[in-house]
Amino acid sequence: MNSFKNAGHLLRFAGLFVIAFVLFLVIRHYYVPKSFGQYGHYRGDAIKDDAARPTFYAGHDTCETCHADIATKKSGGPHAHVNCEACHGPQAIHALADDPTAHIPVKPDSATLCIKCHAASLAKPKKFPQVNEDHSMGMPCITCHTNPHSPAIDTTGTGGKK
Amino acid sequence: MNGVEGFMYPNEIGLQWSILIVLYPYITGLVAGAFILASLVRVFRVEAVRPTYRLALLTALSFLLVAPLPLQLHLGHPLRSPEMYFTPHSSSAMAMFGYVYLWYLMAVLVFEIWLDYRAEIVQKAQSTKGLLGLLYKVMTLGNFNISHEALELDEKIGWVVTLIGIPSAFILHGYVGFIFGSIKANPWWNSPLMPVVFIFSAMVSGISAVMLLYMATTKIRGLKIDVACVDTIAMYLFYTFIIDFAIESLDLIHRIYEADESFRSLNFMVHTKLYIPHIVIQIMLGTLTPLIILATTQLVKFNETIRKRLYVIAGSLILIGVFAMRWNVVIGGQLFSKSLLGYTTYKLALITKEGLLVAIALTLLPLVFLYVMVRILPPWPEKQNNALASGD
Amino acid sequence: MKMNRRQVLILLPAAAIAWESLMAGTPEEAPNYKLSDHWWSMLIDVSKCIGCGNCVRACSQENKVPEGHFRTWVERYHVDDEHMTEPQVISPNGGFDGFPAATDDSGKYFFVPKLCNHCADSPCTQVCPVGATFVTPDGVVMVDRTYCLGCAYCVQACPYGCRYIHPELEVADKCDLCYHRITKGLTTACCENCPTAARQLADLKNPKDPIHAFLRTHNVQVLKPQMATGAKVFYNDLDGSVH
Repeated sequence: MNSFKNAGHLLRFAGLFVIAFVLFLVIRHYYVPKSFGQYGHYRGDAIKDDAARPTFYAGHDTCETCHADIATKKSGGPHAHVNCEACHGPQAIHALADDPTAHIPVKPDSATLCIKCHAASLAKPKKFPQVNEDHSMGMPCITCHTNPHSPAIDTTGTGGKK
Repeated sequence: MNGVEGFMYPNEIGLQWSILIVLYPYITGLVAGAFILASLVRVFRVEAVRPTYRLALLTALSFLLVAPLPLQLHLGHPLRSPEMYFTPHSSSAMAMFGYVYLWYLMAVLVFEIWLDYRAEIVQKAQSTKGLLGLLYKVMTLGNFNISHEALELDEKIGWVVTLIGIPSAFILHGYVGFIFGSIKANPWWNSPLMPVVFIFSAMVSGISAVMLLYMATTKIRGLKIDVACVDTIAMYLFYTFIIDFAIESLDLIHRIYEADESFRSLNFMVHTKLYIPHIVIQIMLGTLTPLIILATTQLVKFNETIRKRLYVIAGSLILIGVFAMRWNVVIGGQLFSKSLLGYTTYKLALITKEGLLVAIALTLLPLVFLYVMVRILPPWPEKQNNALASGD
Repeated sequence: MKMNRRQVLILLPAAAIAWESLMAGTPEEAPNYKLSDHWWSMLIDVSKCIGCGNCVRACSQENKVPEGHFRTWVERYHVDDEHMTEPQVISPNGGFDGFPAATDDSGKYFFVPKLCNHCADSPCTQVCPVGATFVTPDGVVMVDRTYCLGCAYCVQACPYGCRYIHPELEVADKCDLCYHRITKGLTTACCENCPTAARQLADLKNPKDPIHAFLRTHNVQVLKPQMATGAKVFYNDLDGSVH
């Protein structure tokens, strides 16, 4: 056909598109990660990658496998719901070690630790125990609240309850 | 401290999208607008503006080539951008960018320009020697058929391409508006009118840009500006601008009247941090002033010189106003907290990857591209070009 | 969440097994973890939060959160009865160092811990152009750091301000509900370290999870319900002024 003969240049232009498209498909085949689309429009292995990140907080269940005595002591008092690492910091390094004694956690300083929660503020829930600076008269909390794991002052002893 | 007033969510204090993302809708808008002007000649047969037809196409192409650069520069991982082509996410407005862009670039602009210039390309391929000659030969794709029948076919196909190009230009830029308008989290952006506002402001800015470029290039070439042509462009510019103004006003009035939960916060922002760029530059300087100027030129019969000057002033103000509009959308949309309780500040850096200097360079780059393209594919009749060349 | 002795006895060996597999260096093969068995969420009891910032610090340590950005943060609201819809909100350094003592006696105060809501119909994953952020089959909104372009469109799309661009990695970053922990039977770092149990990880697919009873018996809300994101972080006792 005559008009077809005159469309030769258009076919060449279209040919460029076809070549580009084939090239695109080839590159795409090698470019897209293998697990892409495993669960949805994303790299399925990304889930595994994220799950494989290292842990820093061991979790109280792990702590309690060795420190069952503290867990028992804690369970009766007002700190029953406060997990170990909330005060002692991340201890996976201690719990994961072949020799846990090689990574002995630093003992928290009650002079700075306790007020992080218990410093008085009008913003805190009214029921929550709070103290002003003059409450301890400059003494560390642990002077009276001798057992931070169960910090209520023993009223049967010599110390008076506030 | 940090330029924060009131309360911002702590992750919101720094802006995510910088001046480069302001440039991107601005540049694509110029592309779409320039193309619409070209389509006036090709599809709507407005012969008066024919002198700008090829210039409009080349302008659109040179700006389109630059359009993805600000995006690319802004990405944290520019090398990963092919992912947009290989695994486009069907639910993402942004994912289609790559495809819409390629479609518009190759199937519309390059194809149309190629068809329109083919006769000249073939002639030059036969007459020019050296590297440039080789370039023309490559551009012919090895087919030298410029018989009457072949050119007639090109003319027909070119008409179809332009016809397809009009909705394509609308899609190219309307979808940029959709990227912003579809974000329900951001009340400043979230509006179904956003794509429409973007399209019409794009047309206004693109037509202005081509009009100014036409006047500037004619002046540089030492020729007489075709006043009938500029008059016609100004007329179409005026009508398009009225539609644009009406839609933007509708958006504004709707927001003010509806006064939803975000209104107080946004209203405060517009009257404080956005006062200069929004009220003064975008509305007063960039919209009302050129609108009044253009209306006056339609009503009063000024002499040619005054008309041309007024067009230049109006066109320049429009370009500034539309840029301010993009700025107010992109930057303004990030200055207030999504908690609607506070505001942050945008600090425009000078010499960083997303700084002012890069932005200026990216704005000038299309003009460099245009200069090169005009040299290779002159948009005006050969005779004058030869006269210019011999004058060199 | 009180456990009786028998539950503890059952849990302990499970935790021990989990740790054994951890020590063996094959954490992703946590025993019996099946993606389809879980649908993670969180319960936050606003009335229990004391604004200590322990969750923010724990999150920062566990997830190496870059300074000045937050996977979780705490906001303090001060609502005056004359300005019920104009709360005074502060969140100094995201609550990382706690809050200054409140002294103004008028109105009411409360703390609102925030984190990614792990929305079921999340606007952030919707807009990702390449599939670098997504909802996992077990209901966690996650970012693929090796695939993210860093375009920040997801940051714009999140109504809650939960996302940021990681300044060093230049990819989107956010709470992943401590996915490396919850898949091993641990709770998230923030929940583990909340001293008042104001935050509870919950598995909506686990019929034994106490969250079901809680949701049935309490007035629970999600943030910005008008956004219809299918948010899965549930707030008990949430005030209407919270944005």
